[in-house]
Amino acid sequence: MSQFLPDVVLTWLPDSIQLLYLVATAFFIRGLKLLNSPQTARRGNQLAAIGMLIGVIVTLFDLEIVSFTFIIIGVIVGTLIGGVLAKKVAMTAMPELVAVFNGFGGGASALVAWGEFARTTDVTTFDGSSLVTIGLSIFIGALTFTGSFIAFGKLKGFISGNAITFPGLNIINIGSMLAVLVLIGFFAFDPTNMTYFWIILGVALLIGVTSVIPIGGADMPVVISLLNSYSGIAASMAGFVLGNNLLIVSGALVGAAGLILTNIMCVAMNRSLANVIFGSFGGDGASSGALTDGDKTVRETSADDLAIQIAYASKVVIVPGYGLAVAQAQHIVKEVASKLEARGVQVKYGVHPVAGRMPGHMNVLLAEADVPYDLLKDMDEINPEFNSTDVVLIIGANDVVNPLSKTDPGSPIYGMPILDVEFAKRTVVFKRSLNVGYAGIDNPLFYAEKNQMFFGDAKKSLQALNEALNNV
Amino acid sequence: MSVLIFSLFIFVLACFIGFELISKVPPTLHTPLMSGANAISGITIVGALIVAGSTGGELSKYLGLAAIIFATINVVGGFLVTDRMLEMFKKKEDDK
Repeated sequence: MSQFLPDVVLTWLPDSIQLLYLVATAFFIRGLKLLNSPQTARRGNQLAAIGMLIGVIVTLFDLEIVSFTFIIIGVIVGTLIGGVLAKKVAMTAMPELVAVFNGFGGGASALVAWGEFARTTDVTTFDGSSLVTIGLSIFIGALTFTGSFIAFGKLKGFISGNAITFPGLNIINIGSMLAVLVLIGFFAFDPTNMTYFWIILGVALLIGVTSVIPIGGADMPVVISLLNSYSGIAASMAGFVLGNNLLIVSGALVGAAGLILTNIMCVAMNRSLANVIFGSFGGDGASSGALTDGDKTVRETSADDLAIQIAYASKVVIVPGYGLAVAQAQHIVKEVASKLEARGVQVKYGVHPVAGRMPGHMNVLLAEADVPYDLLKDMDEINPEFNSTDVVLIIGANDVVNPLSKTDPGSPIYGMPILDVEFAKRTVVFKRSLNVGYAGIDNPLFYAEKNQMFFGDAKKSLQALNEALNNV
Repeated sequence: MSVLIFSLFIFVLACFIGFELISKVPPTLHTPLMSGANAISGITIVGALIVAGSTGGELSKYLGLAAIIFATINVVGGFLVTDRMLEMFKKKEDDK
């Protein structure tokens, strides 16, 4: 679009573009800052979107851009697809969607680096460091692309959520990553030899598959955060290739954000990142290895019985898990809670950091059901309160309340911080059956003296409870 | 100072800003934060525009086109869905 500008403007154009990139960067930083608080978060997201718009519009004036056909087609097609996906997606499917967007972002960065390489007629004009950044950009971008789509498949159930692995897979993965890094060196040394290029691309795509496939469904929140970080780093690397500071800074911001969230998730599960990536831990709960030994008796409760218990309680804590979301029962939980509140019962929600399938997923689902966010308590906030709680309703959650994490050093979840529901006067577990949870471990809480089981589909059970409350 | 070193300076400093900005985000906002940050990583669209719109071979133009489509899905979808989520959080605040 630069041809429409007068000559005077053209002389300052390159600097003006850079200055406006700086403005766009400021919008991103300010936007992320405002995302720190629920009151300002929406404005933060809008500021970041404005920053993006500035970045795109300014770039259209870049002297290098001479034809607009592909740009117009690409933007229209992308906007339609992205817009429809964003409007149609159910809140329960948010992790899948973020995985898909991540994959497209990473893929785009790899394509940019590849395109930059391909549009240069004489590749020997690249210096070594540029070629290394092209190689890294393609490597990280391509592995983010396939890795994200495998994560999507696992979350969606197209691919088994179980850890699919075989002995030596980790060694093969690490080995091929090192091999790609060495190949990037060769590629930088001799860019005319396209064999190096194709092997880097091919192996990077494969590593995305083989490094996510062995990770169990329970660890998907960590994987999504990590891939999010990768997509940022891939954008940053593309920035190195193009010498574009806007890309470098924005990519680095996202890379850092993803790493922090990854770390938070790991801490919440008491596992190291290496353990998540190489541990092949956990299934998707499809395997039902429930231990039903004779000495393990459970006490059952009914809707009417439970309605009386909670209606006359002074404090009730609801512990929601992903099972609640799958059953689409958030709204009915909110109704039950409102009835209790009308009776003067104090109701709070105890949300474990890894409840749901991505960081903070459960909070979004409850917000969708109009639960005020100040009633949603983090693990650290709610744990001291269980002592004074009369009834805890555990709906569709299992591993996050499993006391084995404190008592059994041999358990795979040993050391994972949990919600201390066993300190409450009474716990009630809403569950279909005694099947094991996502991590594939039996839960002694079910057989505890103070616990009652409310068997059945979470939504139907809650509806029955809601009805029964009318008659109390 | 070479361009690479200069870029590396910017990269590392931006990482530190990122850590500072994000480390205090409450768990309630982790999902919107992630999808919002994800949308920002679609900034690679700027590179895609240059590759698709500049003079170069057929191959690079088609790569640029694919990159624009991918990045636009990431950007438009990411910001819209984040807004949809945050709107739900916003509503409660107005009630009070």
